[in-house]
Amino acid sequence: MKKNKTGFGYLLNTIVIILLFTAFQIITGIFGSQGSFKLVVVPCLWQCCYLIILAASLNLVLGFLGQLSLGHCGFMAIGAYTAALLSLACERAELFTKKEGAVFILILFGCIIAAGLLSALVGLLVGVPALRLKGDYLAIITLGFGMIIVNIINNLPFCGQDGLAQGSAAASLYKNGLGFGSKDKVAYIWVALLVTILCLTLMFMFIRSKYGRAIKAIRDDEIAASASGINTSYYKVFTFAYSAFFAGIAGALYACANATLSTSSFAFTNGGILNSTFVVVMVVLGGMGSITGSVVAAVIMFLVNYQIKNGAWVTALSASVQGVFEYPMLVYAIVLIVVILFRPKGIFGTYEFSLMNLRRDVKASLARKSAERAERKGAKSHG
Amino acid sequence: MSTFFQTLIVGLRLGSIYALIALGYTMVYGIIRLINFAHGDFIMVGGYTMIFTIPLALRMGLPAWTAVLAGVVVCVLVGVGTELIAYRPVRKTGTAMTALITAIAMSLFLENLAQAIPAIGPNPKVSSQIFASGGISIGSVTMEYTTIITILISAVIMVILYEFTQKTRLGRAMRCVSEDKAAATLMGINVNHTILLTFAVGSGLAAVAALMYMAQYPKVYTTMGSLLGLKAFVSAVLGGIGIIPGAVLGGIVIGLVESFTTSYISSSMADTFVFLILIIVLVLKPAGIMGKNVGEKV
Repeated sequence: MKKNKTGFGYLLNTIVIILLFTAFQIITGIFGSQGSFKLVVVPCLWQCCYLIILAASLNLVLGFLGQLSLGHCGFMAIGAYTAALLSLACERAELFTKKEGAVFILILFGCIIAAGLLSALVGLLVGVPALRLKGDYLAIITLGFGMIIVNIINNLPFCGQDGLAQGSAAASLYKNGLGFGSKDKVAYIWVALLVTILCLTLMFMFIRSKYGRAIKAIRDDEIAASASGINTSYYKVFTFAYSAFFAGIAGALYACANATLSTSSFAFTNGGILNSTFVVVMVVLGGMGSITGSVVAAVIMFLVNYQIKNGAWVTALSASVQGVFEYPMLVYAIVLIVVILFRPKGIFGTYEFSLMNLRRDVKASLARKSAERAERKGAKSHG
Repeated sequence: MSTFFQTLIVGLRLGSIYALIALGYTMVYGIIRLINFAHGDFIMVGGYTMIFTIPLALRMGLPAWTAVLAGVVVCVLVGVGTELIAYRPVRKTGTAMTALITAIAMSLFLENLAQAIPAIGPNPKVSSQIFASGGISIGSVTMEYTTIITILISAVIMVILYEFTQKTRLGRAMRCVSEDKAAATLMGINVNHTILLTFAVGSGLAAVAALMYMAQYPKVYTTMGSLLGLKAFVSAVLGGIGIIPGAVLGGIVIGLVESFTTSYISSSMADTFVFLILIIVLVLKPAGIMGKNVGEKV
């Protein structure tokens, strides 16, 4: 019975995803060439896709394993540079000349997977020494590793801060390699969506597997877990590498969408949307221990970031508020502090959104609300 | 050979600045088990306070370094305020992880708040000369006055701090609280006041460190504290966090590593080596050079 239910859940989700995906493809087909769709919606979707993968992958370590990693963007940087350099190499070997055709798609997916694998390898190398430590020490050592990764990439002769420019004819990946211009972004939006869906599915399956149960046990009580026969260091390092794999894939999508790479955008201390702290904000906001929460939080944070910069309503506000909005990181910091102070579990807590249990969950939530209301009424009439 | 001595002196100077900052980290960590990521930004606060008060001090006919007094006052206020507004409520309700994330958020908040203030802005500001220029030359090795003063002041402060924690009532209270909060409360120590005092002392030291830093590199910008604070934290961990002589030792080791890497290998790889040293030490001896390994109680 239990097994059938799980199978049904997968079936239901697959059907819904296929329906949504087809609907989206049709929409793209109709509106693909129009200005605002091409210039605003699609680039935003690309950005959302890699942010979602990034946040969900950090949630594996932060939410499910319970270890704070502050170097997550280091893995993303590895992924981005791997994919970019590999695609440049393929182009120079004249495996593809135009960004179309089966060969290019094959190379594109090859680059994305290679990016993930290399990140996972580095994650393994980092995880083995780092995960001997716990809590604060782990946070600081991952931060250190993140900085070392960025520093090394900076100093490598073939991918330094202007290395990509030296290596190819132009600094921009638009011309060479896998960077997409706005037209290609529309044409290949299905790649981003497909990769995101695949990654999320893999992460969900991981959480529901024996591995997921083991790491949740480690999070709740490491000593008890190891006493129950769980090889804690194996599971920790495995989860770390698994999470790094997806961060690398997010990096590859970043390289596709942004088409220019600089290590400063992955550094720990930059003011932009992409740094390890920002990813932590997304995970905490969505709820540590909820993949769907991370997805929602990534979209929300993206929208906040986008609206602060481009929203029409911002100009209607008074000048002092606009002055604050010029420093989006200030807004994130305040959001983070407020969330931690008033809702430390994040939006979703550990709740996972699920289509199959939606009816039951809504019912339970309504029942709880009405019970609370009744209680309050009761308290009032007594008082 | 002269390069070697010159590098050694630069390393010692850098190390004594790191040690001063690391002391703040180590004291706060010792007492509430929290990496105060905002500590680096207290340096920035101190730096900007001095940028604005040095001209005032000069106009009043005082030497420039007296501006550090204003810096100390402002830093202490900011430090105590951070503890009261952000850390204390979270400590009451949250876990160690939420406290750490709050600390990161405070750091971001301070950095970006500084940028949003019009008088400060995102561009670096240059400070005027703080100590007299010139120096003493022995053979081909030059010791600038700034260097000598930096090392001397740091050494004096460290000795005073050590004596303070060992001999005075308040210092003993601090050590008690860091060992066992519940037992300290039973002995009649006001734990919250002691934590506030620790924050005040740590932030005050950050202001002094800002003075030393500015004497050498007369440029102040809003993110100056993040890398500086990070390296100082590395020093504190290296020496054994929570241990005052350990922080000093760690600071000097990190300063020497940085200056020797810069002059013998490559200046852009200096940070890599600093963090590499940290990783090696943590893997070999997780409690730091001077720390004792304590087994976990079940």
